[in-house]
Amino acid sequence: MKKDTSNINSLENEAIYIMREVAAQFEKPVLLFSGGKDSITLVRLAVKAFYPAKVPFPLLHIDTGHNFPETIEFRDRLCKELGLELIVRNVQDSIDEGKVKEESGRYASRNMLQTTTLLDALEEFKFDAAIGGARRDEEKARAKERIFSVRDDFGQWDEKNQRPELFDMLNGSINHGQNVRVFPISNWTELDVWSYIEKENIEIPSIYFAHKRKVFLRDGMIWSAEDDVVYRDENEEVIEKMVRFRTVGDMSCTAAVYSDAVSISKVVEEIRDSTISERGARIDDKRSEGAMEKRKQQGYF
Amino acid sequence: MEVLKIATAGSVDDGKSTLIGRILYDTKSLTSDKLKAIEDKSEQLGYDYLDFSLATDGLMAEREQGITIDVAHIYFSTKKKSYIIADTPGHVEYTRNMVTGASTSQASIVLIDARKGVIEQTNRHFFINNLLRIKDVVVAINKMDLVDYSEEVYNKIKADFTELMSKRDYQDQKITFIPVSALKGDNVVNKSNEMPWYKGEALLEHLEQLDKADIFNSGTPRFPVQYVIRPKTEEFHDYRGYAGKVYGGDLSVGDDIIVLPSKTRSKIKDIYFYDEKYETASRRSSVTITLENDINVSRGDMIVKENDIPTIDKQFTANVCWMDTDQLTPGGKYIIQHGVNKVLAKVDRINHKINPDYSGFEKNVTGLNINDIASVSFKLNKPIFYDQFKNHRTNGSFIIIDPQSNNTVGAGFIQ
Repeated sequence: MKKDTSNINSLENEAIYIMREVAAQFEKPVLLFSGGKDSITLVRLAVKAFYPAKVPFPLLHIDTGHNFPETIEFRDRLCKELGLELIVRNVQDSIDEGKVKEESGRYASRNMLQTTTLLDALEEFKFDAAIGGARRDEEKARAKERIFSVRDDFGQWDEKNQRPELFDMLNGSINHGQNVRVFPISNWTELDVWSYIEKENIEIPSIYFAHKRKVFLRDGMIWSAEDDVVYRDENEEVIEKMVRFRTVGDMSCTAAVYSDAVSISKVVEEIRDSTISERGARIDDKRSEGAMEKRKQQGYF
Repeated sequence: MEVLKIATAGSVDDGKSTLIGRILYDTKSLTSDKLKAIEDKSEQLGYDYLDFSLATDGLMAEREQGITIDVAHIYFSTKKKSYIIADTPGHVEYTRNMVTGASTSQASIVLIDARKGVIEQTNRHFFINNLLRIKDVVVAINKMDLVDYSEEVYNKIKADFTELMSKRDYQDQKITFIPVSALKGDNVVNKSNEMPWYKGEALLEHLEQLDKADIFNSGTPRFPVQYVIRPKTEEFHDYRGYAGKVYGGDLSVGDDIIVLPSKTRSKIKDIYFYDEKYETASRRSSVTITLENDINVSRGDMIVKENDIPTIDKQFTANVCWMDTDQLTPGGKYIIQHGVNKVLAKVDRINHKINPDYSGFEKNVTGLNINDIASVSFKLNKPIFYDQFKNHRTNGSFIIIDPQSNNTVGAGFIQ
């Protein structure tokens, strides 16, 4: 049998190459795990990259306290089954310590607050490389991101002064205090990720599939009404609909979409025919035209 | 479905971003929310047309200045192919980004403003495409709507460009001329009615039919060892796997190999991809190899076929594209990263600077400035195992790292 390299396989080969470069070039790498489909894909790629040895780095989850319960349950089970080391740091602790202030009002979200908790965790463990599941097709500012993206002491992204990346060569040399964000699935599209999940038969949290949920409508978007995390006016009526989540971020900034897709193959079909982009359901990107770039400059993942 | 990586090159205001935006729009790759954002922004800026460049210019400074600063990667697909377009800036000071974008591309689009014709920048863009040995180059003569879709203008530019082509080093490069209007959508995705004199294909039609002959395939397999996998578990007690990516050609179980630099001989025992065994590892696949003999192999070593070994040397000469504001000078010390291998290097001499506008060489150069391209000879502290760039794109290229700043300050193509 011949190991072939067409399409999705070539993206997989590229990502595995990147994973191995991280393990070889850095002293203390970590994989940023959110419980979303992209980071679940990263875990699969890491397992394949180092088999039959164990994944040589731990997972780090920055828990906003507003995660979907399904995500947390899934996270713990995945780590146990694969024998992966999991580190959790909580945004709530950063709030309690007075490092960040909770937002209030209709659009309150803990999404921005994660950055502080993340940077503190990177410093606490002296991680020099943090692997993330960002993809260039997600958002315009991310389209400019490198695979090895150097951050300064403050975790900041200097978009005008990025290292050129040529051929396959990844330069992981850094100065004391710097660290690198690594994006192995930079060149994947949303459809590639779903096709891969289907091909590899990877388990993902149930909220990615269509299910009946109590929701309410605001600004043309569908919000979960099942938990008290999302602020809801009294006049915003709760209805029950078949929905699924296309991205799984913090509950306070992730809207649902109407869907009948109850299986991976149905989801793949739906994405293929979709006319709305994935981040169209991310409220955090709607704050302004340059919302993502501003967050990235501040050290956001 | 295959993936085609394309680099774009053009000067400021040649309409690169508009061209890409137009491709996305006409292939219905823009999602409704993205299209809405473009409509809103175009209206806000007071345009009476849709400004497709807003689809790709992702940084705030770019939108403010209306220019592209950094390489953006854009993804779209047709029924036939998946495309990745590297949108690279046209400013002279951002040549490094163009080299970067072109380094991973199989094809490229060079834009020319029909009103301006072939200018100094065009020479540079073509030169870099040729230096990097991009196999297929499309010369898109844009803004044809502003020259009344004139065949004469098109022919003049084509003739000027053809003169450039005679000076190129890599003569096998395939060049195709297409007259387009990105703004109006002529000959981009759909064939234009405005230019009946043009008998060729629209831009996307041309890209769709490019054959799959891969620029990375040179028939000589090279396997740089990235990482040694030693599970040390009961089940895999004696397992020593060499993880890496195969470049240039295939490797198969039973192949007689040599490990460099030790020149130890062995045979390939197994080829793994995750928990499956394969008979053959194709080029560009990330596999794990085990060998028949228990020999010492570590990261940076290279496994090659016994009858087909690269040059092993502590010195070489290369065309260098310098990318740093600090000069490269003779005697300067750097780290050279060749694949996954890092060695200390000293600049032995700068042989000559190459003017990328095809005006010739400059001898007696004392230093290289940012965006300079020159022939440079290096001495290394230990040997590397290389091929000439013209024979092996991967094993013939390297990057230069400044040992103080750790930044990537240059790229080289071994002669």
